[in-house]
Amino acid sequence: MLASLGARLLSFLHRMGCAFVFFLNSLRALLSVFGHFSLLIKQLYAVGVLTLLIILVSGLFVGMVLGFQGYNTLVDFGAESSLGLMVALSLTRELGPVLAALLFAGRAGSALTAEIGLMKATEQLAAMEMMAVDPFEQVIAPRLLAGIIAMPLLAALFTVMGVYGGYLVGVLQLGVDSGVFLSSMQHGVDFYDDIVTGVIKSGVFGVTITWIAVYEGYDAVPTSEGVAKATTRTVVSASLAILGLDYLLTAMMFGGA
Amino acid sequence: MGNRAVEIVVGLFVATGLAALVVLAFRVGNLGSQSDGPNYTVIAYFDNIGGLTVKAPVTLAGVRIGRVTNIDIDKENYRARVELSIQKRIDNLPIDSSAAILTSGLLGAKYVGLEPGAEDSNLKQGSEITLTQSAIVLENLIGQFLYNQADGKKK
Repeated sequence: MLASLGARLLSFLHRMGCAFVFFLNSLRALLSVFGHFSLLIKQLYAVGVLTLLIILVSGLFVGMVLGFQGYNTLVDFGAESSLGLMVALSLTRELGPVLAALLFAGRAGSALTAEIGLMKATEQLAAMEMMAVDPFEQVIAPRLLAGIIAMPLLAALFTVMGVYGGYLVGVLQLGVDSGVFLSSMQHGVDFYDDIVTGVIKSGVFGVTITWIAVYEGYDAVPTSEGVAKATTRTVVSASLAILGLDYLLTAMMFGGA
Repeated sequence: MGNRAVEIVVGLFVATGLAALVVLAFRVGNLGSQSDGPNYTVIAYFDNIGGLTVKAPVTLAGVRIGRVTNIDIDKENYRARVELSIQKRIDNLPIDSSAAILTSGLLGAKYVGLEPGAEDSNLKQGSEITLTQSAIVLENLIGQFLYNQADGKKK
């Protein structure tokens, strides 16, 4: 039993090391993306535009639910005038970056893993290497960069939709004054403390998710079963990484003050 | 979908994403209203600031005209030294204006309220507000109330 425990730890460390070397390799290839810009555009379409719908719809509904729940809690204290502030703060600081990242991992991360895994299974990656085409430059780097660019934009859109959803429910349905809603929001949300930290968070999540996704695809056992397993692993470990990192980032950004 | 269409859609996506960031910064956040333009700093000493924080608003007749920029302790006379940054266009505050630490609402945030005085000369960069009223600390208030009660019973 001890031996199996040791073996598991060693294989875990081995995988982490491989993932890190893989990350360094893709960083090295990152500059070359600007050479073939069309690859980046294509990947931005795949990970960004195709994820847009689920992000916008979820954002709207999350904001509307926040509006309802926040109103019901705040009205007991006669503080429903702070509804805008509550909705905006929870979205910019936490829910926007985290929920958008979880959706992104499920929608775009799994697709990335499956695509690259299938490329490996059908030996496209090996063929590229045979033709002296670096798969890092052609396949990995554009996807990584697209994920890093798309994630903060998607999180921002999620947050804006959420605030709009909260506004719809709070102002149009529950009768909070629209001026009060907006001014409490603008008064309480700080650009550097709340919005910039949210954007930094979503940037970190973007790097993490796409890194995990492309690595799992690249590392997948080249069978249909292996690709399926890798896809599952991507979603599971990316989600765990998002939530763990979110705690760390929050503790770093807000813990001191 | 053709190459051109993909490019257009991606461009649109990036543009709306950036627009969302701008909306966040200016409509949801306070980037638009943060700068008050040129301002000058006056200093006020309080016995007790009771929860006043840096960035708290400074108001005149209830209208925000500046912010608290620095809070420090004055070692010499054990009082709190509060720097108030006031918009330059409000340049006609008499030198004997008074400052009070007030609370917005029952349990709301603390802010500094200015009350104009009657002197001819005006506050300018670096001048000191001498008439100040400290924050009301609830514990002191309750203590005083209990003390008075006990006093009343004795008589």
